Amino acid sequence: MKLLRCPINGPRPVSEFQYAGEIRTMPDPDACSDSEWTNYVFNRNGAPGIKKEWWLHLASGIWFVVERDTSTDDVQRTYLFGEEPA
Amino acid sequence: MFRAPERLKASYDVVIIGAGGHGLAAAYYLAKDHGITDVAVLEKGYIGGGNTGRNTTIIRSNYLTPEGVAFYDESVRLWQDLSCDFDLNIFYSTRGHFTLAHTDSAVRTMRWRAEVNKHLGVDSELVGTKEIEEACPHMDLSCGGHAPILGALYHAPGAIARHDAVAWGYGRGADRRGVEIHQKTEVLGIQVDGGRVTGVRTSKGDIATTKVLCAVAGSTPRITDMVGIRTPIYIHPLQAMVSEPMKPWLDPILVSGSLHVYVSQSARGELVMGASLDPYELHSTRSTLDFVEGLADHMLDMFPFLSHVSVNRQWAGMADMTPDFAPIMGKTPVEGFYLDAGWGTWGFKATPVSGKTMAYTVAHDRDHELIEGFRLSRFAEYELTGEKGAASVGH
Repeated sequence: MKLLRCPINGPRPVSEFQYAGEIRTMPDPDACSDSEWTNYVFNRNGAPGIKKEWWLHLASGIWFVVERDTSTDDVQRTYLFGEEPA
Repeated sequence: MFRAPERLKASYDVVIIGAGGHGLAAAYYLAKDHGITDVAVLEKGYIGGGNTGRNTTIIRSNYLTPEGVAFYDESVRLWQDLSCDFDLNIFYSTRGHFTLAHTDSAVRTMRWRAEVNKHLGVDSELVGTKEIEEACPHMDLSCGGHAPILGALYHAPGAIARHDAVAWGYGRGADRRGVEIHQKTEVLGIQVDGGRVTGVRTSKGDIATTKVLCAVAGSTPRITDMVGIRTPIYIHPLQAMVSEPMKPWLDPILVSGSLHVYVSQSARGELVMGASLDPYELHSTRSTLDFVEGLADHMLDMFPFLSHVSVNRQWAGMADMTPDFAPIMGKTPVEGFYLDAGWGTWGFKATPVSGKTMAYTVAHDRDHELIEGFRLSRFAEYELTGEKGAASVGH
C-alpha cells in the first residue's frame, strides 16, 4: 500500500497516516466478568482476514474507518465512523 | 543431510508444527534429553525458511527483567557449545554488542539495565564515548550533529551466527535420533475432544496424537484459531537488508534505539541491517522502498563514508508481537496443546533455550521453571513480564 484514501482529503501517501488497530467494542466494565474484561484488554484477532480498522490522517487530524484485507494489503473501502456506505 | 519420509504414519507421540529453529530445537532436545523420538515435525514450506532465515542473527542476554535475563543468558550458554554439539560449524562469532544512548534518559535506562544484568551475573556495563570510539573508530559519534552519542550499554558476549546452519544442525541431530521431518506438509486443522488434543489434519493426511507443539513464528494466530484459544498476539512485518560485501571493518554489533538501526558485519563482509517494525498489521513478507530509504538515511548519520555502498538485498519476516514484548510459552487451556509463540523480534537468540525448555514442558506436561514468567495465563492474572525497555530498537 502506497496511497490511502482519506474520506475528507482523498488519496494521500500512506506515510501521512497512523494505524490504530482493529475496531473493537468495549464491554461494560461494571457488568462484564473478569474474563470478558481480560479478553477485551489483551486479546486480539491476530489471524489474517478483512478487518475494520481505525486510521488517523495525521496532517488533518481526521479519524476514519478502513476495511482492509490484512493478508493482501488491499483496501476495500474507507469512510467516516458511522457513515458506512450501504 | 535429512531423510525425507515419504508418508506420515497414522500416529505419533508428539507432533511439532513448524520446522524452524525453535521447532527443530524442541524436536532435538525431546530426542536427546528425554528419549522421545516418535515425533513428527510438520513444515508447510521448507526447513528454516521462515523467521529463522529472515532475522539479523544477533545473540545477547542483556535484557531488563530478571525472567528475561535468566532465560536469554541460559540461551547464550547453550549457543557457545552448539557447533560442538552438532558437529557442524554455525559460525558463532562473539563480537561485543553496543546499545548506543543518544539522550540522558537513554543513558539512565542503560545504567538500569547494566545494574540488573550485573546483579544476575551477566557481563554488561555502561561505557562512555572513549570506549565506543576505540571499538568503532569509523563511526561519526555526533551522528550528523543531531543525535550525538553520550554513552552505551556494552555487552561483551554479544554474538552473531549463521542462521541457516542452526536450523540444519538441529534438524540433522533430530533426524539422526529418529525424528521425522515432513516438509511441504501444511496443518489444516487440530482435533480437540473434551478439551484434549486428539489429532492433527494435514495436507498429507490425518495423524492421531495427544501432544502438539505450535512453533510457527508469525503464523501463530492461524493455529490457535484451530483449537479455539485467544491470545494477545498480533502480526506486523519486520524488514531487514544487507549491503554489498566489504573488507572487514566493523567488529562489534551496534544498535541505536534513537536512530532505529541495528547493524553488524557478517562473515561474508556484508553489513546486515535492520530497523523497527512496519507500522501496521500485515500477514505478508513483501518489502518496501520506504524501509530502505529510512534505514539508509540513519545508517549515513552513523557512517557517512558508506554513501557509495549499495544495498544488495532486502526481505521481511512476520513478527508475532505481544503487549509486554515477552514471548508466550508453555501449557495452554487445551490439554496437550503447547505454545512456543509471541517471538516478535527477539526469537533467534532464544532458539536453543526455547527448544530445551519446550522439550521439557512437552515431555513432563509441566512448564519449565525458566518459562513460568512467559505463560499465556499471565495476561488474565495481570502479571505481565514487561520487556519493552530492553528491546533494542523502539518497537
